[in-house]
Amino acid sequence: MFSETIELRGHIIDSLILPKVLDQILTHGANFKIAEIKIGKKRADQSFARIEVSAETSEALDELILRLRQHGAEVAEPADAQLAQAPAHGVFPRDFYVTTNQQTFVRFDGKEIEVRPAMMDSAIAVDRKLRAARAVKFFDVRRGDEIVVGHQGVRVVPVQRATSGTDLFQFINTIIDADEPKSAIIRELAGELQRGRAGKGKIAVVAGPAIVRTGAGQHLVRLIESKYVDRVFAGNAFAANDVERALFGTSLGMSPDLAFARGGPENLIRAVNAIRESGGIAAAVQKKILSRGIMHACVTHNVDIVLTGSIRDEGPIPGVTTDAIEAQKVMREKLADVTHALLLATIHHSLAVASMLAPTVKTVCVDIDPSAVERAVEHQPLQSIGLVTDVEPFLRELADCLIIKRRE
Amino acid sequence: MRELLLCSPDYYGIEYEINPWMSRARGAEAALVQTQWKQLHATLSRLDCQIHLVQPHRGLPDMVFTANAGLTIGRKFIPSNFRHKERAGEASHFARWMEEHEYQICRLPDDYYFEGEGDALFAGDMLFCGYKFRSDIKSHRAVADMLGCLVISVELVDPRFYHLDTCFCPLPDGAAVWFPAAFDEYGQRAIREHVAELIDVLPEEAMHFSCNAVVIQRDIVLPQGAPTLVATLRERGYRCHELQMSEFIKAGGACKCLVMFMPQRGRVS
Repeated sequence: MFSETIELRGHIIDSLILPKVLDQILTHGANFKIAEIKIGKKRADQSFARIEVSAETSEALDELILRLRQHGAEVAEPADAQLAQAPAHGVFPRDFYVTTNQQTFVRFDGKEIEVRPAMMDSAIAVDRKLRAARAVKFFDVRRGDEIVVGHQGVRVVPVQRATSGTDLFQFINTIIDADEPKSAIIRELAGELQRGRAGKGKIAVVAGPAIVRTGAGQHLVRLIESKYVDRVFAGNAFAANDVERALFGTSLGMSPDLAFARGGPENLIRAVNAIRESGGIAAAVQKKILSRGIMHACVTHNVDIVLTGSIRDEGPIPGVTTDAIEAQKVMREKLADVTHALLLATIHHSLAVASMLAPTVKTVCVDIDPSAVERAVEHQPLQSIGLVTDVEPFLRELADCLIIKRRE
Repeated sequence: MRELLLCSPDYYGIEYEINPWMSRARGAEAALVQTQWKQLHATLSRLDCQIHLVQPHRGLPDMVFTANAGLTIGRKFIPSNFRHKERAGEASHFARWMEEHEYQICRLPDDYYFEGEGDALFAGDMLFCGYKFRSDIKSHRAVADMLGCLVISVELVDPRFYHLDTCFCPLPDGAAVWFPAAFDEYGQRAIREHVAELIDVLPEEAMHFSCNAVVIQRDIVLPQGAPTLVATLRERGYRCHELQMSEFIKAGGACKCLVMFMPQRGRVS
């Protein structure tokens, strides 16, 4: 996308120049964002608008700007971003610019540089010597770091929504409620995952223990075996439940196959102990202690397992990152090249991952709790679909679609 | 008594082509030019107007169209910055004359095109300004700054109606005569929103420059060729004075183009 900031001054409201300019931007296939507007208070007062115009090509933008000039638009002199030093370690200067997860540029010394990585709810630190800008979290910032303050010199390029008639995600921010049909959506999603896998896409699954407890683990294993999963993000509990199911046939003492299972909740603790004794999940697979289940499938099919723990979990299983800040860093790193994310039956982990996803990531959230789906979809408003359903039928149908498609 | 600025057509003629009406192959007849202009002068004089004459200059045939000299408000005169080089020479003569007659000259930046009363007409307390063919919209903003009034900028889209005064004529009762097709849809909406009552001119009458009328209270001096409009105006209680303007229409001008009000407004409220 190419963009330019224009300014309009004068009696642009009464003369309908502002709506005319905005309409012309849209009718020429470009987009706008009103960065600032000041409406005159009295009848003779003039108004002012600063508008960011973006178009697909620089030629289209130039042609459009030329037209808009006729109606009084002036190209704004771009200003450098304002910087202030961080007053202490872990503290941003007041009025720091809060990032979105959209592609962002900052201007300094008259030139724009891209903020890398794009990260939501962060500040922007500028390194003058390296001519680099990065989004920083509180724990990243050191006293004296130069941080962007205010909005001047910051340009955000919104992600274009898919408009292709074949793209499931063109129906942005959609939630399919519990009483609505899901098969067609799941079929479309299967097609999308196939296309993603055929390209350079990386598919991440964010998995909650309910997958194991409802007996949907076998369907996730089918997806892993069919190479539809590149990364699994989960908490300690998910791994522990899966190992318990693999070793004892239960999860949290319950079996999806038996109405009444033996063993009770202590199976979980024994499962964790078995993995600790083996030296970790991969080691347990190697030693053939763990020979089935989702974790096993991940290890045998080279799927990255990113486990981060919470304080209520039993364990932790070796390999679980328990430090919250360290966990954020690991998750960000592992999400950097993800193109598709399936957030399955885990609100806390889903929200954590959703807040770290780039806006281009196509996201599906599945949960039986409508409010969990809503919250996850809100985090990823541009390209997300929510399905309110039990995760077991969802995964079963998705795996059936993909495996049958593959066979075809 | 209204004071008006006119310029005798001694050097008037079609010497160049800067609008669709002009054709050097279709020159103005000198004798008719004089007759038509004198009729206008006489008509306005009878309507109790005080007429000032600026001296014409050879090589500036369009100086006769004094509406484009500038815009006069009270004792302030905002001189035009003509878009076409053919007319640019007129500006200094008009400005000098106004200065000699003790008007305060308020200049716009050189790169802002503005063609005076031709593109700037008061209706009520609002100044309607046309843009695109001759004036540019930047000049409207500057004029609004100078005068401190609400300026409604409207885009002109038909090159035959290249100045606002060729397609829009405010009346003292709050209504206005206009030819809507000369404006883009936003301009039409802006005018509709701000003018209490609009009198549409038929396309065939608009082509006779019917909107290019000089309004002196209840008297309206306009070109011949607009029987429907004249009937409407008479019904509203106006006295219409229809004049032959054929020789000036050849250059894209008529009654109003030949006149600048001094001032158009005594002051801006």
